[in-house]
Amino acid sequence: MALHTIWFVIVAIFWVGFFVLEGFDFGVGALHTIVGRDEAQRRAALATIGPWWDGNEVWLIVAGASMFAAFPAWYATMFSALYLALLLVLAALMARGVAFEFNGKREDQRWRSTWTWCTTLGSLLIPLLLGIGLGDLLHGLPINSNHDFTGSFFDLLTPYGLWTGATLLGLSLLHGATFLKLRTTDGIRERASELGRPLGWIAIALVVGFVIWTRNVAGGADVPGPVEFLAVIAVIASARLASTDYDGWAFAASALAIAATVGSIFIDLYPHVMISSTSSAYDLTVNGTASGHYALTVMTVVAAIFLPLVLLYQGWSFHVFRARVKTPPVVSG
Amino acid sequence: MTNDLARWQFATTSIYHFLFVPVTIGLAFLVALLQTAWYRNERPEYRRLTRFFGTLLVINVAVGVVTGLVQEFEFGMNWSAYSRFVGDVFGGPLAMEGLAAFFLESTFLGLWLFGWDRLPKRAHLACIWLVAAGSMLSAMFILAANSWMQHPVGYKLNGQGQPVLNDVWALFTNPTFLWGYVHVILASLVTGSLVMLAVSAWQLRKGREVSAFAGAARLSVIVLLPAILLQMFVGNKLGEIEAKYQPMKIAAAEAQWSNCQPCSFSVFQVGGGKNDETPTQLIEIPHLLSVLATGTFNGSVEGLTELQKQNEAKYGPGNYIPNVFVQYWSMRVMAYLGSLIALLALWGGWLVHRGTLARSRWFLRISLWAVLTPFAMNTAGWMLTENGRQPWIVQGLMKTVDANSPSVSATDIWISLIAFLLIYIALGTADLLLMLRYSRRELEHEGGSDGGGAGTIPAMSY
Repeated sequence: MALHTIWFVIVAIFWVGFFVLEGFDFGVGALHTIVGRDEAQRRAALATIGPWWDGNEVWLIVAGASMFAAFPAWYATMFSALYLALLLVLAALMARGVAFEFNGKREDQRWRSTWTWCTTLGSLLIPLLLGIGLGDLLHGLPINSNHDFTGSFFDLLTPYGLWTGATLLGLSLLHGATFLKLRTTDGIRERASELGRPLGWIAIALVVGFVIWTRNVAGGADVPGPVEFLAVIAVIASARLASTDYDGWAFAASALAIAATVGSIFIDLYPHVMISSTSSAYDLTVNGTASGHYALTVMTVVAAIFLPLVLLYQGWSFHVFRARVKTPPVVSG
Repeated sequence: MTNDLARWQFATTSIYHFLFVPVTIGLAFLVALLQTAWYRNERPEYRRLTRFFGTLLVINVAVGVVTGLVQEFEFGMNWSAYSRFVGDVFGGPLAMEGLAAFFLESTFLGLWLFGWDRLPKRAHLACIWLVAAGSMLSAMFILAANSWMQHPVGYKLNGQGQPVLNDVWALFTNPTFLWGYVHVILASLVTGSLVMLAVSAWQLRKGREVSAFAGAARLSVIVLLPAILLQMFVGNKLGEIEAKYQPMKIAAAEAQWSNCQPCSFSVFQVGGGKNDETPTQLIEIPHLLSVLATGTFNGSVEGLTELQKQNEAKYGPGNYIPNVFVQYWSMRVMAYLGSLIALLALWGGWLVHRGTLARSRWFLRISLWAVLTPFAMNTAGWMLTENGRQPWIVQGLMKTVDANSPSVSATDIWISLIAFLLIYIALGTADLLLMLRYSRRELEHEGGSDGGGAGTIPAMSY
């Protein structure tokens, strides 16, 4: 396999890894005020992601940075085209990131509710916006012969992009619910379980719609590919299991569903990386945007050394904090 | 206009980001030292100090990390022409930073924060050291990338005149990188130790937990003193390297318009800015500029006028002189404040030697305010190095005016500039509020239910 293709796969793996890991963080952030009835329960819900969310977010940084290193022309066009959308993503990432650290540091009602809102809104916005961006890659944006975006912010809101964004948001919520169920006890777990049913149905509808629409947008066969099938089966399985006692299986299924959905976008893109709706002659391709052979070789060596290490210690961190989070008894009213 | 706005945005967001970075690098190292001390001598006050300064570290890291995200995205968003042109070389170190440093730093910070009661003592200690190592590694990759912009090495031009990496080791043996990286690490240690010293000084002046905070103050002086003394040497050496590869930068920093040999150093002058080629030098020290720029007593330094002529001959017509006012004063802010801090550190070292550090009221009072200086020096340092490269974004290869995103309008940048401004003011206020609050808090007491950080009591606070 050519180095270009290997790096396209690596970039796809980073995006998939980001949504699998940070997907449940988004779900937990968005749902924590619903599953947590009082302050202690809300804290307990957030504590399920406490040690990990920061490390999970690095997958996004590395996805972006590896695009910069391996496909500079793709990174340049995509990031400048999605300008205002990414500005919103950054604002949401910042608000949500400091909210986790700052929220508990002052016992002041307004302080707390401000950061709680940052957590909730940020967790809803980020998967939606990034989903829109990924959908747009496949749907196509107005891009000229210099590979520069020629549209405005509203051109980013393609119907297919919006649906992709809604799908990734819906999957993140389901993923968050199955994660909460896996990581908590008592009241929080029960409410996450109850939420699993409606969230499951919504996610199924979104994923099925996404797969059908993708067949229209991406061209090629009318029959969904194996990974798209997998996404549908996994989301159905996860929705069914989300309100049973098979916590681990429900979580595994929602992880698979979100992985297959994000993965399918990249599979359908290949060998393109970004479609131009202006003319297919201006499409960005894997070969046309890649760095030179030497740079890719160096990066391959670096990834071959560090990626296994990262998986090892992130895995260890998940192992260390595997115990369910218990809600402390309420001390005072 | 668009280009200027993009520059303003990059300058403001990166200066803001770099208020937090050196605190993180320095404080992570110092907290690791405190915890090591606790691990070895098992005195509970060191555990309490570790947790106390660890909280300050976490508050600071939160803002440092999220503002770093902006930097990572900004290359593609605002500087797409640059990213497309140099990504082959410049993208590599950024991706390495993510893979080798960010994952390490964030994963082990989570383990450290939540692992107090879960991990064996030795493993938990290793976690904070890995956080410190991760933050230093991260600076290493960024400095390698930045040094390539100052002094491009390890590349060849391809058919389209674009730089393509052909020797990755050259990036990491680039003299600008080697000296620049040490310079940044020392600056971080100076910053971190001055923060710890100021907090300890405040607590000592209140008479709180004297033995514990005297220990912290002593530790900060012990780190500060060698760091600032070495820094004077390293900063000087970096100046020589830059005078060699970027003569314009150093000539502008001295507002040296004409050639000179030997060259005197102007301590203070009036004028000499953009169109004023005859500055009024109020105080001069003979030979000092020769020594600083060339390392020899009578070395010659080429003036801005001469360098401008050479550049025009080489690169065609245009203005190749950076903003002299910014260069001249950022150099002096750094050098003068650095010298004052060196004096403070020597004084502190003397007091540590005599064992009276915690009782010297004047030293404590001055240390409290000295915490402002590293932020001014760090900012001045980056202004000197980045402004001094102008009009180039990559020295000799690409000009800043050609580097911004063609598809991004002035309106887009205005929107993002204002958005960042508002967010950064809010973040800065919240951060300052928490830093002051938690710096003035008393040390937590041990025993009984151990107020959080562990898994059962949620939230990242402790």
